Amino acid sequence: MTLGPIGFAAPWLLVALALLPILWILLRAVPPAPVRRRFPGVALMLGLKDEDSVTDRTPWWLLLLRMLAVAAVIVGLAGPVLNPRDASEARETGPLLVVLDASWASARDWPEKRDLLDAMLAEAGRDGRAVALMRLTDPEAPVFQAAETWRSRLAAASPAAWAPSEAQMEDATAVLGAEGFETRWLSDGLARAGRANLLEALEARGPVTVFESAAPIFALTPARIEDGTLALTVQRAQPGAAREVTILAHGRDPSGTPRVLSSATHTFAQGEVQGEVALPLPAELRARITRFEIAGQSHAGAVTLSDDSLKRREVALIAGRDDREGLELLSPLHYLERALAPAADILDGALTDILPASPNVIVLADVGTLSGAEQAALLDWAEAGGTLLRFAGPRLAASDVSRSEEDALMPVRLRVGGRTVGGAMSWGAPKSLAPFAEDSPFAGLAIPDDVTVNSQVMAQPDPTLADRVIAQLTDGTPLVTRKRIGQGQVVLFHVTANAEWSSLPLSGLFVQMLERLAISSAATLPDAEDLIGTTWQPVQVLDGFGSLQDGGTLPGVAGEALVADALGPDLRPGLYDGPDRRIARNVVGAEDVLEPVTWPARVPVEGLARPAEAPLGGWLLAAALLFLTADILASLALSGRLIPARAAALFAALMLIAPDAQARAAAEQSQAALSSEVTLAHVLTGDARVDDTARAGLLGLGQTLFFRTTVEPAPPVGVDLERDELAFYPLLYWPITPDQPTPSAEAYVRLNQYLRSGGMILFDTRDADIAAFGASSPNGAKLQRLAAPLDIPPLERVPQDHVLTRTFYLLQDFPGRHAGRPVWVESAPADAEQIEGMPFRNLNDGVSPVVIGGNDWGAAWAVDARGNPMFPVGRGFAGERQRELAYRFGVNLVMHVLTGNYKSDQVHVPALLDRLGQ
Amino acid sequence: MSDAALTLRVSGLRASAEAEAARFPALLARADQLAGTVLLGEHGRRRAGMGDDFWQYRPVQQGDSRRMIDWRRSARSDVQYVREREWQIAQSVMLWVDGAASMRFASEPGLPEKADRARLLALAASILLLRGGERVGLTGSALPPRRGRVQVERLAALFSQDGAEDYGAPEARGMLPHSRAMFVSDFLGDFEPVRAALTKAADRGVRGVLLQILDPAEEAFPFRGRAIFESVGGTLAHETLKASDLRDKYLERLAARKAELAQICATTGWQVQTHRTNASPQSALLWLHGAISGGRVT
Repeated sequence: MTLGPIGFAAPWLLVALALLPILWILLRAVPPAPVRRRFPGVALMLGLKDEDSVTDRTPWWLLLLRMLAVAAVIVGLAGPVLNPRDASEARETGPLLVVLDASWASARDWPEKRDLLDAMLAEAGRDGRAVALMRLTDPEAPVFQAAETWRSRLAAASPAAWAPSEAQMEDATAVLGAEGFETRWLSDGLARAGRANLLEALEARGPVTVFESAAPIFALTPARIEDGTLALTVQRAQPGAAREVTILAHGRDPSGTPRVLSSATHTFAQGEVQGEVALPLPAELRARITRFEIAGQSHAGAVTLSDDSLKRREVALIAGRDDREGLELLSPLHYLERALAPAADILDGALTDILPASPNVIVLADVGTLSGAEQAALLDWAEAGGTLLRFAGPRLAASDVSRSEEDALMPVRLRVGGRTVGGAMSWGAPKSLAPFAEDSPFAGLAIPDDVTVNSQVMAQPDPTLADRVIAQLTDGTPLVTRKRIGQGQVVLFHVTANAEWSSLPLSGLFVQMLERLAISSAATLPDAEDLIGTTWQPVQVLDGFGSLQDGGTLPGVAGEALVADALGPDLRPGLYDGPDRRIARNVVGAEDVLEPVTWPARVPVEGLARPAEAPLGGWLLAAALLFLTADILASLALSGRLIPARAAALFAALMLIAPDAQARAAAEQSQAALSSEVTLAHVLTGDARVDDTARAGLLGLGQTLFFRTTVEPAPPVGVDLERDELAFYPLLYWPITPDQPTPSAEAYVRLNQYLRSGGMILFDTRDADIAAFGASSPNGAKLQRLAAPLDIPPLERVPQDHVLTRTFYLLQDFPGRHAGRPVWVESAPADAEQIEGMPFRNLNDGVSPVVIGGNDWGAAWAVDARGNPMFPVGRGFAGERQRELAYRFGVNLVMHVLTGNYKSDQVHVPALLDRLGQ
Repeated sequence: MSDAALTLRVSGLRASAEAEAARFPALLARADQLAGTVLLGEHGRRRAGMGDDFWQYRPVQQGDSRRMIDWRRSARSDVQYVREREWQIAQSVMLWVDGAASMRFASEPGLPEKADRARLLALAASILLLRGGERVGLTGSALPPRRGRVQVERLAALFSQDGAEDYGAPEARGMLPHSRAMFVSDFLGDFEPVRAALTKAADRGVRGVLLQILDPAEEAFPFRGRAIFESVGGTLAHETLKASDLRDKYLERLAARKAELAQICATTGWQVQTHRTNASPQSALLWLHGAISGGRVT
């Protein structure tokens, strides 16, 4: 039975609603029960009348409340369901093919699509239909299986970051097979080639229904630079109503945190499908941008990655001489500035000032000798990926740099003096450039005839010279040489950067050569021919939802395919790393235009939304409970027994105010108490006897500390590693039992955090009387297992001069209840040496994070409530002496934890006294 | 078993009453009415009359018999003297303590029942009176006025008997003319018997005090909501839907009852006082002491 959108599972129960009027009459006659009171003064009251005689009966609103409660119970039990599935629909029994576009444009509505698919599959499962799923982005022959099989795989299905290509559509058409089936097509709403053919093929095999979301799809084309500002094109598939979209530029801020660096909005006018957005950004910010995104559109088409084409490289120009003020054309940097200014940001300044800014390129024009510090800093910078570009000149020629042996920052050794050809005093004619070799980065550049070289510095012939020449003169002498340094390189032009030695800086070739050296960035995407033979490695790839995934596991892509092929499983949209630069392949290319698909009129198109079945019974029963609660309060109020305090208590009980809020408050309070005092803690092992002993031991140690030192610890605390915060405790005493539970992974994370932040754990295997250190005893083996995930440094036996031996008492032995097992601490650094005249080495700077032993210190320290020792130690006076030493060890340990290596600083005492003049 | 319990109760009541009475000087009731109650007591009437104590010598007057002449005094002079003694009288004080069910009420566990307080005060006053040599008894015929310590025990025994009726009416019979009376009750029941008793007492020249003992709840009426009020004996009941609305009317009636008491007392020369069970019994005893001993506290 259905009433509007509500159906009932047990409609006959609604008959009970007819009883409500009877109930009304019954309830109405029964006023609330009175209280009987003994009262002698009643004699005076005889004959008094109540002022309000209406309250004699239950007030109508209370009746209504009760009626509502009863009605809610009846209706709730009748099992109402909102939007019940219409069971009267004709049941299909044939096989069902669900075709998914599964493209990036599907990603935005993917949750809805998945829900719809789930509902479809559930329905098909109930009807016993065989189902096949076909993803057009990855077409495979349909395999008809039970719907539940598909349903279990549904959670893992995700849309691809590309759109099905025409070839894939054809593949899909080809593999359909001959049997007939019903088709449901979950379309992404974008027109693309091959759709019509596929639709025809599907219709030939059975009825086709299309499911499509009506929401508009937005896409972003790659960013480009126009007139120095970033420009982006926003598209939408359907020309709809006016709509505003926000474009966000993501990148890392100077501290390396990913954040939105800039944003811009574009308002689509009515019917407009394309819009331009400009993002005026300083070059510094622009270089940081990694991707642009349309806010709120979680699909790959709304994301466009930026690559090197947006980055302007920073070039620092440094000249060896600045003494020719005013003669601009003769300045060694003039031509470089002119060549680089359009495509790069130029930095000026001293070398040491510029290096921290980490420019991409540093140009040293005729700089000879570099100071040692500059040389080292430059070398570091170059090894980290910088390009050092050097030009020769009179100073370099006159210096001894790279003369007898190759300078680290020079690609070749230089011969003394250099040479001059074609001058007034020489016989030869000026030399021109030889064509560039195939493996040279300049390969393919045309050489103008008028480029001549008059002077140059000459390279010493070396075995490596041939590999390093990337341009040479017609006579074979090197003009440009290059050497790799780490990830960076150093390039030497054997001529000056001005027109003094050659006419190269005057020519267009100079600019092209700088571009090829990636000194000025190329703003255009290289052609496929340029990239033949190169392999590009994906760095980050986009998934269908527009989020970036690590691409390191994907195979490399050939250069020509990278720029020419359509996106697909083999070429995913993302950022690709190749020689010298990075190229981004975006989902929507610069020329792509989004168009909505137009389905033929014969194909029924449905929306994604399917009203879900919603059982309402629970809500109605809950409402009935609320009504009844209100009825209790109202009845109490009517009979005058609703005292405000009781009502408040009742409300508090009803609201079930989270009891853990109080617990949390108490925990915070105790944490405040813990952090205000030194608190020793022991790890709860689960063995009550061991835990009690540990607690009593720390109590005894605490009393000893209290009496003898300024450390006045609070009562010890047992720590549950799974639940308690460890940061408050300077020392954790961890007695080992063979059967204690191993902490969880989270607990280990916190333990490691505790150890790294200066905490100390004293491990006690408590078995020194029967076992030596190692895995020979059950406790030792357990300790090994417990401590394996801990971040514990290399250990050694406590050396004679460890600070633990003298933080408070001078000790050489650390007995507990047992004496004899050595104690292990973090080992001293390998380079710790004993200095002559010093009593001990300058060892670890810091506290040993663990102290491991088996002497059962807890039992030796343990005292009962009256302060008497709980366990005997040794025999007679020697035993008491041993207990005393155990206490001394505890004092030393706590002192070590609290003061670190303070006592080690005594090694400096002679130096300090010396400095004081004594 | 019940006898033992009764004995225990009697002795307890007596002990606490003795404790209360011990705090006061002996109460000497003023006897300003001579006629009628001629039995000798310890009250000197400050006039010559029958008594034990010497009052004065006076010359023999005409009509004195020879036997009255005090020969020892007369022998010292020429004139014959008669030795007069002070006229002494013992006052009778008649008590009525309400033992009805309405007195067995305490609104809170910590408070004494009204009956307890009434008996305590009545017995304490009796002890004071007896100590002062008065004769104390109950109205009616149960215990005529007598002197001495034994009377205290008799009073205590009679006080400890609970009445069966719901509301008590004063017993006005057996009152000696020109004696004094003390009625202790809550006076919540029918007023006519009270009026009749006082009128009758006034007719006989009996003056006295009314002590109205009330529970705090009876004066505050702290009830709310729907309730059925029942008398302690269960004979009366009144149902209300909203007790809080009834409060003002009830208090009005209580005030009217007090006004009636005051009015009838003013007419008959009696004194009236209201005592709440949550107040100190000493203040009430002080008032009783004053009121009975001479009408100085009015």
